[in-house]
Amino acid sequence: VQIQVEEKEDDTEESSSEEEEEEEDKLPRRESLRPKRKRTRDVINEDDPEPEPEDEETRKAREKERRRRLKRGAEAKKFVSENEGALGKGKGKRWFAFKMMMKKKWVKFLRDFENFKAACVPWENKIKAIESQFGSSVASYFLFLRWMYGVNMVLFILTFSLIMLPEYLWGLPYGSLPRKTVPRAEEASAANFGVLYDFNGLAQYSVLFYGYYDNKRTIGWMNFRLPLSYFLVGIMCIGYSFLVVLRAMTKNIGDDGGGDDNTFNFSWKVFCSWDYLIGNPETADNKFNSITMNFKEAIIEERAAQVEENIHLIRFLRFLANFFVFLTLGGSGYLIFWAVKRSQEFAQQDPDTLGWWEKNEMNMVMSLLGMFCPTLFDLFAELEDYHPLIALKWLLVRIFALLLGNLYVFILALMDEINNKIEEEKLVKANITLWEANMIKAYNDSLSGNSTGAPFFVHPADVPRGPCWETMVGQEFVRLTVSDVLTTYVTILIGDFLRACFVRFCNYCWCWDLEYGYPSYTEFDISGNVLALIFNQGMIWMGSFFAPSLPGINILRLHTSMYFQCWAVMCCNVPEARVFKASRSNNFYLGMLLLILFLSTMPVLYMIVSLPPSFDCGPFSGKNRMFEVIGETLEHDFPSWMAKILRQLSNPGLVIAVVLVMALTIYYLNATAKGQKAANLDLKKKMKLQALENKMRNKKMAAARA
Amino acid sequence: AAGSISGLYVLHKEGDHEDLAPQLIPLDYTSCPDVKVPYELIGSMPELKDNPFRQRIAQVFSDDGDGHMTLNNFLDMFSVMSEMAPRDLKAYYAFKIYDFNNDDYICAWDLEQTVTKLTRGELSAEEVSLVCEKVLDEADGDHDGRLSLEDFQNMILRAPDFLSTFHIRI
Repeated sequence: VQIQVEEKEDDTEESSSEEEEEEEDKLPRRESLRPKRKRTRDVINEDDPEPEPEDEETRKAREKERRRRLKRGAEAKKFVSENEGALGKGKGKRWFAFKMMMKKKWVKFLRDFENFKAACVPWENKIKAIESQFGSSVASYFLFLRWMYGVNMVLFILTFSLIMLPEYLWGLPYGSLPRKTVPRAEEASAANFGVLYDFNGLAQYSVLFYGYYDNKRTIGWMNFRLPLSYFLVGIMCIGYSFLVVLRAMTKNIGDDGGGDDNTFNFSWKVFCSWDYLIGNPETADNKFNSITMNFKEAIIEERAAQVEENIHLIRFLRFLANFFVFLTLGGSGYLIFWAVKRSQEFAQQDPDTLGWWEKNEMNMVMSLLGMFCPTLFDLFAELEDYHPLIALKWLLVRIFALLLGNLYVFILALMDEINNKIEEEKLVKANITLWEANMIKAYNDSLSGNSTGAPFFVHPADVPRGPCWETMVGQEFVRLTVSDVLTTYVTILIGDFLRACFVRFCNYCWCWDLEYGYPSYTEFDISGNVLALIFNQGMIWMGSFFAPSLPGINILRLHTSMYFQCWAVMCCNVPEARVFKASRSNNFYLGMLLLILFLSTMPVLYMIVSLPPSFDCGPFSGKNRMFEVIGETLEHDFPSWMAKILRQLSNPGLVIAVVLVMALTIYYLNATAKGQKAANLDLKKKMKLQALENKMRNKKMAAARA
Repeated sequence: AAGSISGLYVLHKEGDHEDLAPQLIPLDYTSCPDVKVPYELIGSMPELKDNPFRQRIAQVFSDDGDGHMTLNNFLDMFSVMSEMAPRDLKAYYAFKIYDFNNDDYICAWDLEQTVTKLTRGELSAEEVSLVCEKVLDEADGDHDGRLSLEDFQNMILRAPDFLSTFHIRI
């Protein structure tokens, strides 16, 4: 009898066939009367099943079993071979060691990269210093400024690398085309500082403005499609700005916490009023005082009954205050309109007869209005007698309305000028055809008459030019930005710095205490500064399509602002005595930024879609509308079937259907969100009821026990 | 960030008390990792010296609750107070900081201590007790006269100011 030892990894088919053979060769045993005792060899053989008659089912079952064992065997083999290396033996050892080392290096690389990214964030120490001295609300302005700097950096990289750089590297140089050359009449003064400061002269005929770009479809040896790139970068800048602002808002939505403003009033005052960032004894003092004041006011509000004051007088005063505010807004709007009209007149006159004020009148008017009207609003708010928090909100709304109104009046005046220029174009076109006819005649004459004479050549500077409304728009925005910057810096220097110097040094020889009495040091006006930042950004968004250099100028502006304002705040300002934040979360300012973004891209899109580009300047000259560059690209650069498909896609029926689907999705999501909020409130109520029940039960049990 | 935190630790150890630091803190940590910095040094760090709760902060993050911190405690403290820490973690540690008697509940006495420290004793006793009553009224969900961790978290996680004030920048 042969003893079979089953090998685990071998397949059973072989062993079972071996069994069958063995059985057949065995000699039959003698039957005995003794009770059948199991012998060792029988026991060993007992595990082997008797070969049953081979029918379909058992064969199939055996096949399945065999396959299953095969699979398990293969898995086991794979596992061993993979992990052999981990044990330090077998053939996988070196590969395993190598893998471990690479993994460790990768983890270290990731950590170093995170550290590098954290170290790259600029101005962290400055902001920390400001936070420790002024608290988190003033520092929030600087954090906002830094965030804007990041957004503008991306816009700058886009416009610089995809518009300005290719034109500079591969476009025709200055002086080769009429649109790229200073006209003969202006040539003498083209490099004067005064002219350059106004962004006329050499600055106007450069990559900084729209008019310089040529309308050839491709430039350079790489066949860079400049008009297409110009158009797409403009659209991408707007799209990117929307994306980044919305992302910042959604990140902050969780922080708002549902807006229960009054349920946890005192609890929040106790646990959230100390600012752990404070690291300066004077600020800490101020903070203690303001917390104490806050508590005292809250206690008084809690205790005092509502005293019915003379409600009619209050209503009349508030009505009066609002009336004055409307007057101010109307007045400022009219002033701006008048200033723009006057600047048009000045543009017709000879620039040498105009003084500095006449040349910069419009920008100065806008900046001065932005500076003085908020103080007026503050004055009117005295009449109203609101709670400081509500008064702050009203002030912000009014300043916002003022700046928005100013911006839109400015745009209306610009549109007026643009229409004038478009009318002018028709006249100039007629003149140019006349001039060209003369030139052709002169050329023919020179050919037929003097064949040995010099070839006929017209210098680009002598060619008559068409008006270029896009460059004019770009110039206006650039000038406005520059004058805004200068006004801000001058205001800080005079209003904050000189005042601080005066208070500090003249205090020794003055009748009353200047530091605690009237002028004293200025406090940092957070809301005013944030609003100014938001509106400046709005102007950048409006102007950057017509002046690709605008994001670059803004980057410079934000960079210097950061250093200058940080210095001014630390040097001349004092921490606020009472801390009232305009809103509990950052979303208020981001919401305003989003609104401004929307309102400032609307005019640009309107201009792109409905106004014809100038025939004599810019990358879209010669086309009927600016967006036709897309159609042109589709025809020339894409295979024809793609153009056909895209034309089908822009079929109005399809577009309407897509818009409907989007509207329905928005409605559905809105309804879901509302439903979930309601469910939330429901659960909260249930929790409160449950807690009450528990309390009652506890009381009862305590009473029963007693 | 970990590198800068431990750098800060070493810097402050060798800071003001020159006679204390070199004998106390060796430059190599591997042999005696349990070196502790006394509370006085921690309390005089520029980031903490004006904070009315600095003693509680040091006590919460130290091993024995006495305010003397090892490097690990120091790292824990700054990591919880940093910008990146999740809200729940901050809420948990805020609860421990404001629980003065370490009984896992913020009772009326704890609240009185907090309010007194916040106002430097300028409010009268009556006003302080009114404030504490109001807080318990608003936040005590299970009505047992003191704030448990759940009550506290429920209340603080809704506060929009919490993240921006409970934060130390390094």
